Amino acid sequence: MKRLRADSTVIVLAILVLVIVIGAILVSVVGRNFFSPGNIRDILTGMSVLGLVAIGQTLVILGASLDLSVVYVVSLSSLVAATTMAGNPGNIPWAVTLTLLVCAGIGLANGLIVTVLRVNGFIATLGVGLILQGVLNTNFQGSAGAVPWEFQLIGATGIGPVPISTIIMLALAVVVWFLLDRTRTGAHLFAVGGDPEVSRLSGLRTRTPLIAAHVMCSVFAGLAGLLLASRLGVGSPTVGQQGGYALLSIAAVVLGGTLLMGGRGSIWGTIGGVAIFAVVDNVMSVMQVNPFLKDVVRGIVIVAAVAIYSRRAIVRRRTRFGPGGTRTGGDAAAAAAAPAMAAASVALIADAQTSPGASPGDASATTDGGESR
Amino acid sequence: MTFVRTLLSPRGAVFLLLVILLVAITILNPNFADPGQLMRFVQRVAPIAIVAIGQYFVIIAGEFDLSQGSLITAQVIIAGNLVGQDDSRTVPVLMLMMVFGAMIGLVNGLITTLLKVPSFIVTLGMMLALLGGVMWWTGGAATGNPADSFRQIGRGGIRDLPFIDFLPWSVLVLAAWLALGIWLTKRPYGKVLIALGDNARAARYAGARDWWVSTRAFIISSLSATVTAVLLVGYAGVHPSVGRGYEFIAITAVVLGGVVLGGGRGWIVAAVAGAFVLEALFLLLNIAGVPSTMRDAVQGVIIIAAVAYSGIAFRSRRRGAAPHASPDQGKEPDASPDGAEGQSSAPPALVSEGIPETRGD
Repeated sequence: MKRLRADSTVIVLAILVLVIVIGAILVSVVGRNFFSPGNIRDILTGMSVLGLVAIGQTLVILGASLDLSVVYVVSLSSLVAATTMAGNPGNIPWAVTLTLLVCAGIGLANGLIVTVLRVNGFIATLGVGLILQGVLNTNFQGSAGAVPWEFQLIGATGIGPVPISTIIMLALAVVVWFLLDRTRTGAHLFAVGGDPEVSRLSGLRTRTPLIAAHVMCSVFAGLAGLLLASRLGVGSPTVGQQGGYALLSIAAVVLGGTLLMGGRGSIWGTIGGVAIFAVVDNVMSVMQVNPFLKDVVRGIVIVAAVAIYSRRAIVRRRTRFGPGGTRTGGDAAAAAAAPAMAAASVALIADAQTSPGASPGDASATTDGGESR
Repeated sequence: MTFVRTLLSPRGAVFLLLVILLVAITILNPNFADPGQLMRFVQRVAPIAIVAIGQYFVIIAGEFDLSQGSLITAQVIIAGNLVGQDDSRTVPVLMLMMVFGAMIGLVNGLITTLLKVPSFIVTLGMMLALLGGVMWWTGGAATGNPADSFRQIGRGGIRDLPFIDFLPWSVLVLAAWLALGIWLTKRPYGKVLIALGDNARAARYAGARDWWVSTRAFIISSLSATVTAVLLVGYAGVHPSVGRGYEFIAITAVVLGGVVLGGGRGWIVAAVAGAFVLEALFLLLNIAGVPSTMRDAVQGVIIIAAVAYSGIAFRSRRRGAAPHASPDQGKEPDASPDGAEGQSSAPPALVSEGIPETRGD
């Protein structure tokens, strides 16, 4: 499993390198330098907002759900933050806390609808998104609030060519990586996303990890909204929809090798996917491609990049429970395994008849070994 | 009694909801029960219902089609630009649109099935590429006002009928498309499609040509979007925002109709009823004087509630049925020793997780 995850991430990074090389060549053709500090800063800045949303989306998709409400959460968060701050630096801590609490509440609602009411994540978050849209339309006619200069600095400054916002995004990615790879909640999320029924039979509380993933996804969308508010200086009710973050973040997550059915994927793949988008966008901006043509290129890049490794990844995925565990090696493998299975069960019967209950541990190991051929 | 039970069952839930909504509309606006008004209502639903029929075929096969909305926009703009004021071009352009639609569906389907890219991503990419391509071609502003003969399909109809007074063409198109859809689901093709959506591997082992079956579903979906585009040209005119969001409306309608996202379960008529429910809901919110800003929110609540209800009703019906044995358990030798059962059956997944390390082959 370890090896496999590295695998798809490596492919994503290889695609990223390929995209960077092609981009650098194209940019140099126009007589500009792709690796100039200014350009690198542009790319990294472009990564930060989508990156934050995509990190949250990764968690939800790993749990075999989806979150289409992120765009509205982003807009709402930028508005809540900007109106609460109202230009006063003293309000910043309270405004950030309030914003994140509101977002966590939305995530909790999403999670509860998905787990308790068992509404499909696609429909649940689409519905919650519509509700948020209604709330936004009712309460805000246009841009509102004001963000104090101190908070705007977060979106504007950087260390060398690396913007603070990107550093924050990467730091949070490390936190999420730790959460997924090193904590129980993370392991449970993978398990529940992979097969909720098996995880339930294994004694997991299947709801908790998924609710946690939804809450975190909304909080990450809220952080993205805060970042946008800090960049724009105001809150805007349409900033999320304009960015198209819901579908783009899902595309970035899938591009990063995470399966839409859940249970398989990595956070670094997602960051790689976001970076690919950022580089492609940057190259097109530098080359002054027609904005409509940009969408065409984006669409092709998304499909082509996923196509490069999806065949391979799907074959790999089948090795989940050992060689031929799900018998997708094909009929040949099944036929080859048949004698072994028969032998195993015969041995098992013999074992049971000669020494009933003598070594149950051994017996079960033999059973599973035979069956997983 | 059986009728009531059918209405309360998940399959009938959408019809129950539709009846409630229609009654509510009639109470608020008695004119609505007038046959002519009802026909107008059906005419308004027709585009959504036809897209929902297309989406049904894709969803039942376990896939998604997010490119429908963009395809509608693209087709509307193609019609606007190519037909012009020339009546003689109506038929050739209609043909061209159908071929274009079928081609888009073919591309979606082939990339999904042969390149094994998830359909969500394929159709998302197609959505971006189509919309961007058409906008690029037209320079961002859709121009053109197709000839009247073309627009008649969406807005015209048979007039001076005895009872309903006016029978719009779009209602006939919807009826024909639905009949075609029902016929297809009764054909072996429809059965294979459902089997594929329920368990792709089993269907493949049973000899289904899965790639061609799924691809045809995508073609049906794109053709449905094309038909909707033809109706919308007449009904709404040529504009780059026509068709925006139709893919989500269609998916919502299909899911409201009790079709399971992920495939394998659902009824095409219920999917169409889902489209009627959505449009009735819009109408009701309009008549009831709900502020336009809050309509989205009410819509969201009702969608979640309806889907949650049908899910709960479905589960309560199945409760009591024996739980499915997982396929892995089925492979266990029948003569499993009784003494070892307690230990071997509980964590099969955990035990077999360790196998790659211990077994060399």
